[in-house]
Parts: sequence; C-alpha cells; structure tokens
Amino acid sequence: MSEIDKVRKDLVIIGGGPAGLAAGIAAREAGVEDLVILEREDEAGGILRQCIHNGFGLHRYGEELTGPEYAARDIAKAEELGLDVRCGTTVLSVDGEKRVTAVSKKDGLQVYEAGAVILAMGCRERPRGALGTPGTRCAGIYTAGAAQKFVNMEGLMPGRRVVILGSGDIGLIMARRMTLQGAKVLACVELMPYSSGLNRNIVQCLEDYGIPLYLSHTVTEVRGRERLEGVTVQQVDAARKPIPGTEINFDCDTLLLSVGLIPENELSQRMGVALSPVTSGAVVDDTLQTSVPGVFACGNVLHVHDLVDFVSDESFRAGKAAAAYLRGEKAEGLTVAVLDGDGVRGVVPQRLHPDGDVTLMFRPAGVVRNAAVTVKSGGRELARKRQMIFTPGEMVALTVKKEQLAGVTDDITVSLEVSGK
Amino acid sequence: MQTYTDILIIGAGVVGCAAARALSLRTKADILVVERAGDVAEGASKANSGIVHAGFDAHPGSEKARLNVLGARMYPALCAELQVPFRACGALVVAFDEADRATVENLLAQGQANGVPGLRIVEREELLRMEPNLNPAAVCALEAPTSAIVSPYELVFALADHAALNGTEFRFDTEVLGLTQTESGWLAHTAEGDIACRCVLNCAGIDSARLHNQVSADKRHLTARRGQYDVLDHPETPPFSRTIFQCPTKMGKGVLVTPTVHGNVLLGPTAEDIPDGLDVATTAEGLADVFAKAKLTWPGVSLRTAVTNFSGIRAHEDRGDFLVGRTAPHCWEAVGVESPGLTSAPAIAEELAAAILADEAFPAKPREETAAPYRRAKPFNEMTAEEQAEAVRKDPLNGQLICRCEVVTEAEIRAAIRRPVGARTVDGVKRRCRAGMGRCQGGFCAPRVVDILAEELGLPKTAITKGSGESRMLVGEI
Repeated sequence: MSEIDKVRKDLVIIGGGPAGLAAGIAAREAGVEDLVILEREDEAGGILRQCIHNGFGLHRYGEELTGPEYAARDIAKAEELGLDVRCGTTVLSVDGEKRVTAVSKKDGLQVYEAGAVILAMGCRERPRGALGTPGTRCAGIYTAGAAQKFVNMEGLMPGRRVVILGSGDIGLIMARRMTLQGAKVLACVELMPYSSGLNRNIVQCLEDYGIPLYLSHTVTEVRGRERLEGVTVQQVDAARKPIPGTEINFDCDTLLLSVGLIPENELSQRMGVALSPVTSGAVVDDTLQTSVPGVFACGNVLHVHDLVDFVSDESFRAGKAAAAYLRGEKAEGLTVAVLDGDGVRGVVPQRLHPDGDVTLMFRPAGVVRNAAVTVKSGGRELARKRQMIFTPGEMVALTVKKEQLAGVTDDITVSLEVSGK
Repeated sequence: MQTYTDILIIGAGVVGCAAARALSLRTKADILVVERAGDVAEGASKANSGIVHAGFDAHPGSEKARLNVLGARMYPALCAELQVPFRACGALVVAFDEADRATVENLLAQGQANGVPGLRIVEREELLRMEPNLNPAAVCALEAPTSAIVSPYELVFALADHAALNGTEFRFDTEVLGLTQTESGWLAHTAEGDIACRCVLNCAGIDSARLHNQVSADKRHLTARRGQYDVLDHPETPPFSRTIFQCPTKMGKGVLVTPTVHGNVLLGPTAEDIPDGLDVATTAEGLADVFAKAKLTWPGVSLRTAVTNFSGIRAHEDRGDFLVGRTAPHCWEAVGVESPGLTSAPAIAEELAAAILADEAFPAKPREETAAPYRRAKPFNEMTAEEQAEAVRKDPLNGQLICRCEVVTEAEIRAAIRRPVGARTVDGVKRRCRAGMGRCQGGFCAPRVVDILAEELGLPKTAITKGSGESRMLVGEI
C-alpha cells in the first residue's frame, strides 16, 4: 500500500473564495509564513467568478466592482504576498487533531497537519428537493447559481421562458441576466410577505424590467414529462399554506430556485465543530474561533452574508485571530453569551470576551420600520443604533466598543425595539 | 429498415436485463433488448423501495410467493458477483394495535408456509431495544432477518453490462408498437422499422399487457399504481438499522421507513391507482400522506434533510399475481411484475431463460466461454485514504472531485459513461456513480457533468439531456 504525503503547515485555510483569500492575506500580514489555501475550483475567487454584475466593493473600496474584479484584487494581493493557493484541491476531511486530508490531480492525496485551520468553504443553494415541491422531475429546474454558472461561465442558455421561485439575491440577479440574454422572465415568486434579497436588487433587477414580484406566493406544482412545461403558482396564507382558488398557471421551460443558502458545514460537523441551528454555521467567539481550539470560521460558511465586503472584513479578523493563536496568544478570560432577542435571528459571534471592540452581525427576523437595535446585558443598555427600516435581506452590523463592554459579566441580548413601544 | 435477431427482449428493466444476462451466459444466439426510454432501469426498476423481500407477504401457492423466495435466495451471490450494493439488514413489520398483531401473526404463518427462514415475533420491549427510534406505541413486530436492501438501478446496470459483455445488443428510444406472428417467429414493429426474431420475451413493465393482449386470447389488464417517496440525506447515525414496514393493506405493503445501501433514509410509498402509467409526478397530498404515515413508525421524522422526492409505478395485474411463462408459440412474457418483482427478477429470468432455450424453434448455440462481469472500481468515497492515494497515482482524474456532496471524481464519471451500457444522460451518470445524488442535487456539479458527457459522447453541450427524450438541459448558446 502506498504512502500518504504528510505536510506540516502552521495554517491551512479551506476555501479560496473571498473569505479564504482575505483570511490568508490577513494571516500573512500578521506574520504567518507557513500557510496554504486549498481551493477546489481551478481558479481562486469562489462564487464571485460567476457574478459578473457590479455592486461589489462599495463599502470596502468605495466603488462598484464586478465579482471577478473584486476577486482579482484579493488574488493580486495574495500573489504579491506569495501566498500558496492550491487550486483544484478538494478537502475530503478534517479531523479533531486538525489533520486536513485533501486531494488534487497534481498533488494526489495529501494530509496537512495544521497548527490552525480557517474554515472558509462558503455556502450552497437549497435545492428543489429540500422544498418538497411536488410534480415531475423534468429538466429545466435549476438553482439560480447553477443557471448563473451556465450563462456566465459557459455561455449556455438554460431556458427561454422563466419563472423564479424565491427572491434571494442570486434569483433577482438572474432575473435580470436572463432577460438581458433574451429570455422572458414571467414572474418572481416569494413565499414570504417580503423579499429576502437586497432592496437595490428588487429595483434594479425586477422593477426596471417590469418583472412582477408575487409576494406570499409559492410554486405548488411542476409539470412536464421531459423538459419543464409549466408551473402552478398559488397564494399562501399566514401559515404559508397554499390558498385554494388562487392558482395561476405559467407556461415556462425553466424554473430557477433562489430559496435560501446553507453554509456548507459537512466538514466542520464531522470534525466536531459545534453548529448553531439558527445560522447553520459554527458557534464562534469574538475571535471567530469555533468550539474546536485553533479552528476558525469566516464568510458564508459561518453565516450567510448579504455583501461580500462584510465577508472580507470578517475574514480579515479571522486571519488575524488565527495568527494570534499560532503565536500562542490564546484568547482567555471570561466569555459571555450573546443571545438573539426580539426581532433578531442568528447573532454572530455567539460568545464574546468583553475586553475589546466586538462587531455583532445578524439578520432581522422580519421587516421592521422605525426601530433600533439594542444591546443589553444585566438590565444595562450597552449600545443602540437606530435605522429607518430593517429587513431580513439586509444584514445588520453593529460594533460595540471596548468601553461599552467594560464590566459586563451577564449574557448579552441583541434585540430590535420599535420606537414608541 | 428491418433487423433480425434470434431473441428479442422488450423492456430493459430488471426483468429484461436479468433475462438478457441469463440467456447470454448460456447461448451465442443473437439477443437484442429494445427499450422505449433512453437508458436501462427507467421505469419501475429505478423507482421502488429497493427491498429484497424475505417472502412472507405473498399468498402461499402464488407465483409471487414462489418466485419471491427463489429470487431472494439468489440475491447475496448475484450481488457479490456483480458488485452491486446489497445489505441483509433485516426487516420488521410493526403492529401498533391488537388488530395489527393478528395481521403480523398471519404474516408469520404465511411466511413459514412460503419457506422463509428465521421469522419470529418480537415483543415490544425487545423491539424498542432493537430500534430505539421506533414509535413506543408499537406492540410487537414480525422480524424477517433475511430481508435485505439493494440498489435497484445499480443491479440493472450490472446485469445489462454483463449481458452486453456477452454479446447482447441494447437499442434505446425504441418502442415496440405491435407484434405479429410469422412463420419463423415474430415481427416487432417500431417507428424505426420492423425487427424479426425467432422468439420474443415481453417484459415491458407497465406496458406489458398491451403487447400481451396482441398475442394471447387470455386478456390481461394492468392498473398503474403509483407510489410516492421522500429521500433524506445520509445522517451521521441512521435512525433505523432495519427496514421498518407497517402492516400491509389490500393496496400493498404500506409505508416503510428504511435505510438505503448508500446510507440515505427512504420514506414511502403511497399506493394510488392512476390512469396514466407514465405519470410519475409527485403530489402534495401524496407526499403529505407519506410523511404522516412515516411519522407513525418514526415519531422523530423530519423533512429538514430531504434531498428529493420521486414516484414509481407498480404494474398491478387485476388477478393480483405475476404472469410468467410461455403465452404463445415462441413468445414468453413477464406481465404484472409488481412488488416483489425486484426480488423475484433473478428467479423469473432464470426460469424464462431455461424455457426459451428449450424451445424447439431455437437454434442450439451453447456458449462455452463467458465473459466475466464488468468490474467497476471501488467507489472513491468508500476507499481508505491509502487506497485513495493509490487511485490518484494511477489515474490523476481521481484527484479531481466533481460531486462534492457524494464525493465523486472525474475518473468515476468518465467510467460511468464508458462502461458497457454506459450513461448517456445526466441522470444516467447520477444513478451509475452518484454524482448529483446528494444534498445539493447537482447544483454545483451539473454543469461539469454536462461538459464531461458532451466530451465523452462527442456531442455539443446543448444536446445533453437530463433523462430520456427531449429533456434537454440547455436550450442554446449565447
């Protein structure tokens, strides 16, 4: 039996998308020389490579870049720093001892014995099967991301008459993309009474092209023996059950799904990293360290972000934290739990050390107008931030200062409070 | 255009492919399998519970009972020889009240009469120790230790490959529209011309009665009985180690909860009589019914990890039994092969092959040398790390992962296309090597699979289909 190559590495970063690249750049700038980024695709950049629309980088660079342009800046920086980015390399497993088993055509099977690991695997789209939509299993049903790959990476059209189920950002972007490519997008159908996408995408991708958005509707039947021939759309009640008599039939050859993103944590789960049932990502502290010491998580594998700018920001922090861990600077001392309060879903981090500035991120549980985020502990309000409107499609980030956290020993609760209540 | 063959087999499901293999191992006569779909196992053979039934369900004395028990006995050796995933996990038929207990006791007696080994009644306490996730309301169960699970379509692929390696020809997208008797055998009419043969074997599944009624005065009628299923992703620890049945009803064996050979969990099927034997749609009502009934067996059931749902069609003959054998001169048939058809198929095939070769019109061309079954490489995700390292060294394409959910390599996808009766569609690849079978359902790998299919088959990407017919993945180039 053949030998397996074992390679010792201070830091192994799993994923070479925007999260992995930013984590690698930050770790190198913080002094980690011996690191490798493992990327399963043939090029670094992750899903940004197929996001040829603009709108990336407004926060980070103050300009509107396309996805490939945004990725190119990190790739150039990584090259300048001499980072070892191994493309075409898929991680098969990671064990609790931080041994990372990966495979590639070029290097074969290798086991990296890592001092620290950063999880940056991103997320995947919820497929049709997870929705349980009844009907036939004909051709022409794609996740929006798969359709985006066909159109933008391969120059191939998945269909001509399109219904989009779900109003996540990729679905909205693909509504515009398919229209520009000559397809007829008949409808965008959203189960919830609000869109889960960014408001700017509703305006620029649906309204500007006259594509109707059906809120509180869903697809209740899929028809077509070979290729898709049509779908039935129905209005749903408050319990999200279809209302009889509201059926609308669309003749279409394509159904695109944009019904949610799921952090890809199968590797994390198998190595024993504790996951949050709310975010489906790892439970982390303010250094983005998971329940397994020396294993950090950032980007969409930790929680699904709305903007890549925030992914990069979070991942820089993970890279720095991993570097500190490798220097032996273990985050020590008291930690307090951070809990979801009213109107708040999935605050990250879930634990923090109250001895430095901490950025809290979450998604609102519903649409709330004229409200404020409050951060409270032991009856004391630590921070507050007002906003005109909160929607689940847009993440909320709030940095709580070291001074505000001073003396906190009780659990911290993050809530949305509506004015006048 | 007219073709000639010695033996024409209509239908490339499990019965047709098993018969083709059985015949091809014994005779050098020309064998042609015609199939209206684009691949083997496209009908009931791909969409069923994947259970090798122990044999207690069928009435003693019926063809179902006889062939079930014979077929079940053949499975372990057959699957070992053909490298088909198979596991004798055992089964329980659970009683939830005293009326059920009577049913279970009746099944025990029936099973013993059918010659099923190892059957016994397990009382509640032991039952819940055996299967801790079972509904504690269970009162007792029939245990059938010889019940097993198999990958039904992978069995058909292996049977077809072995038949092909022994000279059997397969012709897809070819529907037999009618059969006419001739002086020297039969003429099968298809849209692409007639096929002349010395003898014909009708194992056309849900379509078999139509052909039967053309050759026989003993008219038969099939009812399409649809069964809907949910498939859950493979959990870290399976909820049940055995197949869990509820008590059977007159429509069938009821809703089961079972592990699959690949570690998924299968819930279903429903039993609905429908007018159209090709209508494999699932319905909201059907899926709700599956879930509600599965919940009786498994109170903790959740569809949170569901990866897909599907339907299969049982070919239920009005008299309730298989019709297997000679029905006209030089004409053999397998009609009404519903459950336990998968289990019975190897036995049906052996009997039909022996009978066909004994036919006086048949040219004696015994085969002395037979080709060994197609040897599939061990699946990459079942290899040890050392084996994986070696596999990549031998073929670097094993280092290129295409399906991340099921851990399938480019080498495996190309092998699935290149095997004797290889994949020609995205679904064909999926069933042969599991690329796209996982939790993302091909969201990431489908574009790559289309690329590889186009390259291997020498077709433009826009010609690649998901499954049979005009199920094109793409409508054009930009």
